[in-house]
Formats: sequence, structure tokens, C-alpha cells
Amino acid sequence: MEKITSFILPAVTAGIIIFGFAKGIKVFDCFAAGVKKGLSSAIGLLPPLMGLVLGVTMLRQSGALEVITNMLRPLAQISGIPVDVLPLAVLSPISGSGSLTMFEQILKNFGPDSFEGRVASIIMGSTETTFYAVTVYYGSVGIKKTGITVPAALLADMTCFVVSAMSAGLFNS
Amino acid sequence: MLNYIWAGMVIFSVISAAFGGNGEVISSAIISSASDAVTLCIRLGGTICLWGGLMEIAEASGLTGAVCRLLSPFLKIVFPKMDMKSKTAKAISMNVTANLLGLGNAATPLGLEAMKRLQEENGKKDRASADMMKFVVMNSAAFHLIPTTVAALRQDYGCKTPFDIMPASWISSAAALLVGLTAAVILIKISESVKWKK
Repeated sequence: MEKITSFILPAVTAGIIIFGFAKGIKVFDCFAAGVKKGLSSAIGLLPPLMGLVLGVTMLRQSGALEVITNMLRPLAQISGIPVDVLPLAVLSPISGSGSLTMFEQILKNFGPDSFEGRVASIIMGSTETTFYAVTVYYGSVGIKKTGITVPAALLADMTCFVVSAMSAGLFNS
Repeated sequence: MLNYIWAGMVIFSVISAAFGGNGEVISSAIISSASDAVTLCIRLGGTICLWGGLMEIAEASGLTGAVCRLLSPFLKIVFPKMDMKSKTAKAISMNVTANLLGLGNAATPLGLEAMKRLQEENGKKDRASADMMKFVVMNSAAFHLIPTTVAALRQDYGCKTPFDIMPASWISSAAALLVGLTAAVILIKISESVKWKK
């Protein structure tokens, strides 16, 4: 299984090119044309990314996350999320690289097969960085009014945390 | 919404830093965030170009159309009004496929392509359409069949069965997706009826 997963990306890449080649498409010319289209959209992403990175870095370095985690501690106890996994839950909608570091710390401190390690693994396997998706996706097309996206997405994140804590106990071998 | 959240993040950070005595740390964080954002943009730009190229081939060969037909029963539930032969539906199905395979790097560029198509159909250019909201919620609760990165890290830290979290992870992904999309549909209905009364 471990070996198979490391071949997903190469297999997809080769599969697309082989399929195109078999259909008689000039694969290299076609690839270059697609890259050219992508080039222009990349620059447009800098403004939303600059804002997002500034806000997230400030939150992480200022100690604000610890304050938020402490405030949410009673809620975690009710919902069954281990207190030591709570910082990961707070960080995961905000910062992808930050939650990866936090995840590694939990694995190191508690071990991957501990309850904390399992809940953290399940959370990491089933969420994406919500604010990154919202800023980059909307920023790329110039949408300013995001409507109900953020509340609905955060509700999905919270569901994920609670269900992760529940299902970690359920499948404990 | 984002204006409030962003301002709130910055203000809350500065207050926390003032109370915690983290003034110098946060000063250097502000400066380094600028170059971090540029690095991130270049890295993202690279993957956008790479997948833009690969998708051009997949599109021309009819591969995206085939994947879209495969996923259309599911997409029909989330986007009932969408034409399943349109470029929008194709772009969305490629993004979903990348998420399912756990190819996070590919999911963003493919998702951005879908957003571009959705924006072309959108009547009000500065306001997110209902389909856009559902699509972004779908991506923030992305369903991974194979959590590649997580399994690799579990193995690094000495786990012998790194993939044993998969069933639990499917359950929590599915629950998050279901709650997120249901909430989105209900909230969209409510906000539309409020606007209509005004």
C-alpha cells in the first residue's frame, strides 16, 4: 500500500500523456499551450496570498492561538476532542503548513497509535485549510462578497473535529 | 466577511503580542510574511502551470469528459442546475478527482480553473454565486480516499499500519461534507429570501 500511493502522481501524469498520445494529440504542443494559460493567473494570486500570509503569520507568532485554544478548552471537553489535539483543530482551518508542524509534534509526543495521534491523523486526513481555499479561490476571480461560504465551511470543519474524535475510538484496533 | 476576519486576525494578534511581550517576534513575522507570500505564489504558480499543461492534453483527448461522466451522478446532487457536458462541470470533476486521490497540489490549480468557469456564468461579478459557495465549501471539506501525506508521516513516526485511519477518516470527511453542503444550501436559501423581502 505504501509503495502504491507514492506512484499515484507519476501514474496520473503518465496516464494523461499516454492517453493523449494514443488519441493522436500533439502532446508537447498541447502541454505548452496549457502552461501559457496558467502563467497569467498565477500573478493575480499574489494580492490575496499576501494578505492571508500576513494575517496567519501574525496569529501564529503573537501567541494569539494559545489564547484562542485556552478559550475553547471547555468546548473541547464537551465534544470529546482531546485537549492536546485542540491546538491542531484551531490551526487547521487557518494554516496548512502550521497544522502540519503541529501534527508532527503530536505524533512525536504521543506516538501515532495513541488516541491523540489517531484523532490528529484523522483530522489531518479529512480537512483542507479553509481560509486558504476561500481567499485563493475567490481572490483568483475577484469575488469580494463571499456570502455564506465561511460560516458553512467552518461548520463543516467543526463537524470533522467532533466526528474524528468519535470515530477514532470506534475503529481502535 | 473576509474584511472583518482579516482585520480581526491582525488586531487580535497585536493585542495578544502586547500582553504576551512578543513584540519583537511579531515584528519580524510581519516582515518575513511578505517574502513568504511571494515564495508561496511562485510555488503555486508553478503547479498551476504544470496542471494547466496536463489538463490541456486531458481535455483535448476527451479524458476530462470521461471522468466527468463518471462523477456526474454525484455532481448532479450538489449542482442540480448544472449542464454536465459544460466546461464548468468538467473542471469541477477534475478537482474532485485530485482530492479523492489525495493530490492536494493538483486540487488547487484544478479548482481555480473551475472557479474561472463558474465566474463566467456568474451574473454579479463581485458576488459569489450559489454554485461557487457550494464548490468552495466542498473544497474546504475535501474528501480524500487516500490520505497520502498523513500516512507517510505516521509511518515516519514508527506506525506499522499507517493506513488504518482510512475508514475513520472517510467517515469524518463524509460527515463534514454532508453538514457543510447542507448548511450551505440552507443558508443560501435563507439569505436569498431575506434579500427578496427587502
